[in-house]
Amino acid sequence: MARLNIVEAIEEGLRQEMERDPLVVILGEDVGRDGGVFRVTDGLFEAFGGDRVIDTPLAESGIVGMAIGMAIAGYHPVAEIQFSGFVYPAYDQLVSHASRMRNRSRGEFTVPLVVRMPYGGGIRALEHHSESMEAIFAHVPGLKVVVPSEPSEAKGLVASAVRDPDPVVFLEPARIYRAIKGEVPESPYTIPLGKARIVREGRDISVCAWGAHVRTVREAAQRLEAEGEADVEIIDVRTLSPLDSEMILSSVRKTGRALVVHEAPRTGGFAAEIATQIMEKGVLYLRAPVARVTGFDTVPPLAKLEDYYQPDVETVAEAIKDLVRF
Amino acid sequence: MLEPDGTVDETLVPALSSEELVRLYRHMLVTRHLDERMFKLQRQGRLGTFARVAGQEGAHIGAAFALHSDDWLVPAFRETGALLLRGIPIEQLLQFWGGDERGSAFPRELRTLPISVPVGTHMLHAVGIGWAMKQRGEKVAVLTIFGEGATSEGDFSEAMNIAGVFEAPVVFFCQNNQYAISVPYTKQTASCTVAQKALAYGMPGVQVDGNDVFAVYQATREALERARGGGGPSLIEAYTYRIADHTTSDDARRYRLQDEVETWKKRDPIDRLGLYLKDRGIIGEDDTGRLVADIEEEIGEAITRFEAIPPPEPEEIFRHVFAEPTEPLRSQEAELMTRLARRR
Repeated sequence: MARLNIVEAIEEGLRQEMERDPLVVILGEDVGRDGGVFRVTDGLFEAFGGDRVIDTPLAESGIVGMAIGMAIAGYHPVAEIQFSGFVYPAYDQLVSHASRMRNRSRGEFTVPLVVRMPYGGGIRALEHHSESMEAIFAHVPGLKVVVPSEPSEAKGLVASAVRDPDPVVFLEPARIYRAIKGEVPESPYTIPLGKARIVREGRDISVCAWGAHVRTVREAAQRLEAEGEADVEIIDVRTLSPLDSEMILSSVRKTGRALVVHEAPRTGGFAAEIATQIMEKGVLYLRAPVARVTGFDTVPPLAKLEDYYQPDVETVAEAIKDLVRF
Repeated sequence: MLEPDGTVDETLVPALSSEELVRLYRHMLVTRHLDERMFKLQRQGRLGTFARVAGQEGAHIGAAFALHSDDWLVPAFRETGALLLRGIPIEQLLQFWGGDERGSAFPRELRTLPISVPVGTHMLHAVGIGWAMKQRGEKVAVLTIFGEGATSEGDFSEAMNIAGVFEAPVVFFCQNNQYAISVPYTKQTASCTVAQKALAYGMPGVQVDGNDVFAVYQATREALERARGGGGPSLIEAYTYRIADHTTSDDARRYRLQDEVETWKKRDPIDRLGLYLKDRGIIGEDDTGRLVADIEEEIGEAITRFEAIPPPEPEEIFRHVFAEPTEPLRSQEAELMTRLARRR
């Protein structure tokens, strides 16, 4: 097994899917000769040519709208949006068409499309480059929303996204693109969408996270274990839509406590959905209120103030301790 | 080519056989009569809101008449006649406008996308389909139809631009009916014509009299041929007029003068073709009456079939969200069924 980072793992996943299925094509800004600004598609243009790794004009709605047409006509396009903060012009295409063409046509026309984009903060970037708006995608019927948290996960999940018969929004945590390396099996494999994963078993509390903050929670859990404060169970939600409610609920039934961590703004954030589901179906098992550690209801700050905004190990550890002592 | 009095410029008339001409005329008449019958049905509460097409038969039917069966049509929502030409039954269109999703299940082999309501967003799909057809080596073209209001949308610009870059076999067909609901053309754009916008995207653009079905057909046929042959996209502006209201929820008297409507009624695209056909002896004086009676009967039968369609079952809501229903959808469907069972 090779040790890869997330960028390399996604690239390997895409490359193997393109080898498997000639109908898989990549399109987006700078994805071809340049290999993508984060180099996720590095080498694919050379391997598959400009007809399958397509540099498009600078137009997000155009990229996704065109990809919808390609998908209707039988291709499996993988569209890249350069940063999730630039996806909003394409949101209309995702909400008004990609997510509902199957429904509108009663299955006559379908959109097997992946829209990949780096998302999230922690990379000291310009405005619009640190957005974490996963909830606005998870709220849309007919879209699947996937967020990998480490290299082996990223490869298997991107392969599943490409093979999925429906549109998938694939959010890649930019903060850990290269910060995490891990063993990644070389042969192709998939990880089913709609299934969460227990990253670490524990008795005292269930902590749900996704993307870059699985790592934050993991570090908090290690610290609390060393301090003898708490035995933390960590759930990597992986797929926000469809949500694996059963795994979260069965964990909470065991631990009696729940915390959700995300860097997106708090109000209307995806933690609210998870907390509500726990209240609806697990309230009698709870020994403390469901809590959340999130970003604030502000614009994600620029580099100088970013660390105050992002959930960090200290904040997560404190929140866990508060719940365990409640 | 075809004047309001039915006279033609012989050098320009498209090569259509008498049978084809009668078929074209009949389609235009069906579309007009259907529009009028639908309006009555809507006022009687037997049909929902729909977009009226009266006055625009020359434009969208003339264009769709030039399509081959293996070409694609990517419509907006004011192309009833084009959808009928593609083989969508009248009762299915009524089913859609009657509020039943199943009415927009156009069979995929007809290569006709469902009606697209958000203005101007569908043209990009035509570009993607065009790219795919070209990539697969299919010598076919994609016709996408929209109004002049749609040309103000950003997606129009993106679609035209991308089609130009990829030389996609797409014909952008604008039915310039001069009003986007109430906003007139001069407040929609400072461009003298829609057609001239083509220049900026590196493709041919042509303006035709949208009420001259020969001119529309000929321009579209040429553009489709060019697209099929690898010559890339084109823009056609069909200058026409919406005689009717925007939809059944609109009252056009609020924003335009009746004189203007009357002027345009004199340029009616169907009358024009009818005069030509009579002048050439292709149809006799009494044929139109017989044709109309026949069409009314056909529409009446379609309405009977439409009204006999049982309403969709409530669980239809949950169908076709994804290929496989997800767990949340399964449990929500069960929730609805339980709620309904309790009420019975």
